[in-house]
Amino acid sequence: MQSETQTLIKNGLWTNNPALVQLLGLCPLLAVTNSVVNALGLGLATLVVLTGSNLTVSLFRKLTPETVRLPIFVMIIAAFVTAIELLMQAFTYELYTILGIFIPLIVTNCVIMGRADAFASRNAIKESFIDGFFMSIGFMLVLVILGAMRELLGTGALFANMDLLFGEMATNWHITLADDYPNFLFAILPPGAFLGLGLLIALKNLIDQRIKERQPIPEPTEAPVSTGSKRVRVTG
Amino acid sequence: MSLIRMSSPHVTRSNTSSGVMQLVILAMIPGILALTLFFGWGTLIQVAICLASGLAFEALALKMRGLPISRYLGDYSATVTALLLAVSIPPSAPLWIGIVGMFVAILFAKQVYGGIGNNPFNPAMVAYALLLVSFPVQMTSWNLPYVLSGSEGWSIPAISESLSLIFAGSSQMMDAYTGATPLDILRNRDGFTTEEMWRSNQTLIEGAAAYHALSAAWFMGGIYLIYKKVFTWHTPVSILVTLGFVSAIAYGVDPSNFVDPFNHLTLGATMLAAFFIATDPVSSATSNRGRIVFGMGIGLLIFIIRTWGNYPDAVAFSVLLMNLAAPMIDHYTQPRSYGHKRARLGPKGE
Repeated sequence: MQSETQTLIKNGLWTNNPALVQLLGLCPLLAVTNSVVNALGLGLATLVVLTGSNLTVSLFRKLTPETVRLPIFVMIIAAFVTAIELLMQAFTYELYTILGIFIPLIVTNCVIMGRADAFASRNAIKESFIDGFFMSIGFMLVLVILGAMRELLGTGALFANMDLLFGEMATNWHITLADDYPNFLFAILPPGAFLGLGLLIALKNLIDQRIKERQPIPEPTEAPVSTGSKRVRVTG
Repeated sequence: MSLIRMSSPHVTRSNTSSGVMQLVILAMIPGILALTLFFGWGTLIQVAICLASGLAFEALALKMRGLPISRYLGDYSATVTALLLAVSIPPSAPLWIGIVGMFVAILFAKQVYGGIGNNPFNPAMVAYALLLVSFPVQMTSWNLPYVLSGSEGWSIPAISESLSLIFAGSSQMMDAYTGATPLDILRNRDGFTTEEMWRSNQTLIEGAAAYHALSAAWFMGGIYLIYKKVFTWHTPVSILVTLGFVSAIAYGVDPSNFVDPFNHLTLGATMLAAFFIATDPVSSATSNRGRIVFGMGIGLLIFIIRTWGNYPDAVAFSVLLMNLAAPMIDHYTQPRSYGHKRARLGPKGE
């Protein structure tokens, strides 16, 4: 048996991954994943906001009246987003300008609101923290993988401009795989994001199916015979 | 004397998928020959590249899906897609253009949706649109028709030259050959009127004949297909009439800023689109009335995108947009069965 923590971790990273299974937060996911650095930047911002908001919502869950819970959640989330926005302005200004509107828009990211309402408002602080942290790690992983796919296909290089996030030491992280690469604009443009996400979801489903096939099939149990009359539905 | 008793129908037609596709391939031959004649061996090389890669990707997809490869390759649908893409891309486009295009056409536009008969969009046009958006430079480098390129007579360059252009892909060589297509010239006029362009521009004066002949070749193939009852006249006629009508009005109002209807129909890919692309039975509307609406939409969109859009020819985008609208057109143009009342349409319809 898995412990509760393990279940929470597995849920966030795989079984209930916000990007691949719940399909939440698609707007920023599709819009900013045209390079690894953009994806990582937004992923980290979301990580801080989601973890922080889950923690805070859980902390105040007993004081929050049921009827006005959503406005309260929004205010908590907005506070964290504002903090992150100011921090990014201070320390990674260029990345902040590149991500532009998508930083303030983290407030409206359905993953954060969803976790606050569905999980953090009903669970203890520790569980909420773990849930928030691993949900956002799962979200960030998808962002970064999609960003890497699109950057690689679109420009033939990886990790461009990583110094925007990590400072001077990252300037030579840029890997060019093909020198004479004709830029595949489709991958960088929004349709490429849809196609890339579709392929990632297909890959996840394929892996799930393979795992399921490998497990022994449980013996079919006899269906219980129902007694008494049963109405048969005849209309469409 | 003994008679074999069979129930009707006694007369059958051989309109199988593969039979229809073979007729389409046959009807494309004049167009491909005309392209080769006016634009060089490049077209035939592109046909070979697209065919080889298209059939390979189709076989790969069928193998992945666990379907019988030889049976599905034998329906020639991948072949037709490959031919359509090969005649749409510039003859001197680099090798990988055709391969990337077929990869997208077969795997993403066709097999992902479930293979032959299930694709909502025309696969060749999806590939063309994707290539045009991704590689605008390579996809707009049409070489000039070779009628132009020599006063000493009409000769197309040796096949080795085309091969090196495609496989080695030197861009300098490409620049020497390529130029704006007539439709491009007529749109980006730098303040001149269309009449002035027709008088001064070399491509238009000498090259327009090549484009007209090319359109005639596609037209011939299309008429043959209508004669063979591969498709009905509704779609092509409605495209051509709509485009001709709309452009005639515009030309009548302002002849110095709009292209005349005849050249709208013959200078670009209109004929290819009307007879070979829009008539795809899978992705177009299904009833005859629906086909007329479908064709009107394509004709109108071609005019709009050509006149105010940014891309060299409007055919691919027009067809894709109308493919998207085809299910709705089908819903509103459902034919009435004999003896029944007219179907109630709209949200209240059943």
